[in-house]
Amino acid sequence: MTPRVVVVGAGPAGVRAAQALVEAGVQPIVVDEGRRDGGQIYRRQPDGFQRSAATLYGSEAAKAQALHRDFDALREQVDYRSETLAWNLTAGRLHTVHAASGTTAELGFDALVVCAGATDRLMPVPGWQHAGCYSLGAAQIALKAQACAIGSRVVFMGSGPLLYLVAAQYVKAGARVEAVLDTAPAVPGWAALRGLLRRPRLLLRGLALRAALRRAGVSVLNAVTPLRIEGTPNDGVSAVVLRDARGAERTFACDAVGLGWHLRAESQLADLAGCDFAFEAASRQWLPRIDDCGRSSVPGVYLAGDGARILGADGAEAAGRLAALAALDDLKHARGQTLFTAEHSRLQRTLATMDGFRAGLVQAFPWPHAHAAALPNDAIVCRCEAVTAGELRRSVLDLGSQELNRAKAFSRVGMGRCQGRYCGHAAAEVVAAAASLPVEQVGRLRGQAPVKPVLMSAQEGAQEHG
Amino acid sequence: MNEPLPKPGSGGRFVRLAETARPALQLFIDGQPAGALEGDTLLVALLTHGRRVRTSEFGDGNRAGFCLMGACQDCWVWDGAGQRLRACSTVVVDGMDVRTTPPASHWPMTPEVAMRQRGEALP
Repeated sequence: MTPRVVVVGAGPAGVRAAQALVEAGVQPIVVDEGRRDGGQIYRRQPDGFQRSAATLYGSEAAKAQALHRDFDALREQVDYRSETLAWNLTAGRLHTVHAASGTTAELGFDALVVCAGATDRLMPVPGWQHAGCYSLGAAQIALKAQACAIGSRVVFMGSGPLLYLVAAQYVKAGARVEAVLDTAPAVPGWAALRGLLRRPRLLLRGLALRAALRRAGVSVLNAVTPLRIEGTPNDGVSAVVLRDARGAERTFACDAVGLGWHLRAESQLADLAGCDFAFEAASRQWLPRIDDCGRSSVPGVYLAGDGARILGADGAEAAGRLAALAALDDLKHARGQTLFTAEHSRLQRTLATMDGFRAGLVQAFPWPHAHAAALPNDAIVCRCEAVTAGELRRSVLDLGSQELNRAKAFSRVGMGRCQGRYCGHAAAEVVAAAASLPVEQVGRLRGQAPVKPVLMSAQEGAQEHG
Repeated sequence: MNEPLPKPGSGGRFVRLAETARPALQLFIDGQPAGALEGDTLLVALLTHGRRVRTSEFGDGNRAGFCLMGACQDCWVWDGAGQRLRACSTVVVDGMDVRTTPPASHWPMTPEVAMRQRGEALP
């Protein structure tokens, strides 16, 4: 019997997983929140937009086009469900809801390949709740999918490759970039370099972006300490204030800020599946445990792409294919087993290289956890419900929370609309510092269903069972 | 770096950099007619006209979205029927009626609120 396989996500990992399944003769269901395939990195612009792939995706245009073309070619053989949220996972069943119609479905599966991607990893900066402050990813989506800049004078602050990439894309598109402010030092240490040299061309591309920004007259500062985002509740952002590497306070006037510290994995479905997680000391985040083929600790559940390890788009393509083939191998699917046997070593080697590079990135652009621990008491940690660092600390110091979910229950940090996506990592650092515990000992916010808010009007009458 | 910022409230927050030759559409933002382009998200339509999407219900001021990828839920607005829309992932349709404040029915009147509205002291 042909196995029932469901893929979540249609970014680089999901598309390559679906393609591998189809090659083996298995027609998967692909559940995707996007309107079209491509994920965030290779997001397709709406119909009627005219910009070329080279304009949209730069040096990655050929890869983006190949991914789109290959998925187009699969469309007859996959059940592609766009604009559909996988909102819960219960005993071998995936629960989905279609955004516009509210139609729900419950999908049974023999194997589930979760390629849920990532979001920006955020560090609160006092004032980040003001209108005009966006994630770096948001700044990029505004440009890529809508041909807009997030403001007329933009400051980018944070760390990681996306910081320089988005800033360079803005400059190239004709936006005015006031400054690029990196909390990481300009020159990475030797250990970081060793990792980055695993992908020398990518490293050079990164250095070229930085040089291009300087040539364009953009102030690029390293080793900064973010102090605050100035603005008013009514008018939003007006400036970014920071301490530079020499300890001097600097102010950059602006009407928009793009903020982000590399990425965090969307791991809620893995959590709901009951997958084991492990704390990764270098990046100070919890990630689902996977083996070198993408198998989670739960039989039948496979994890690939940035939702499992932040390897970037190239790594996601390899991981998606490998996880899908591993699933078929585990299901004793004959053609799948043949493909798995032929390809797994090569794919694993590719992923090992990508993972070495990832380790370099984590060291070159470290998560500045000390900033979180040092946030002033009146700084908002939870943007959703305007909960301050002081309220969060009180849940530790006055109410005895030594664990993040308990601190959440007392303070509501992580309970709002974003469900802790943007405050969770910083909140853990605040709680750990207040409790004088290592951050891994305060735990992590548990994933909860629905993984995103779902309208109660979701039509149960339209429910279908698979 | 010393040029004055655009005056808050004048014009939009987002700046169109390309793709401006698309067909024009009209929508209504809080009852006021506003122009948009075919393919615009609601968020872009709101922010090329104004500088806010909604007002935080926790008293910290105006909001204009945050992640643009459907993860933060900071850009909720409502249609004329009171249905919630996520502005970053909703495409503008000609004639759309968008409200940036939640329908009153979302916040049912409590005895305390009613008393406060009548100017009475709370017990």
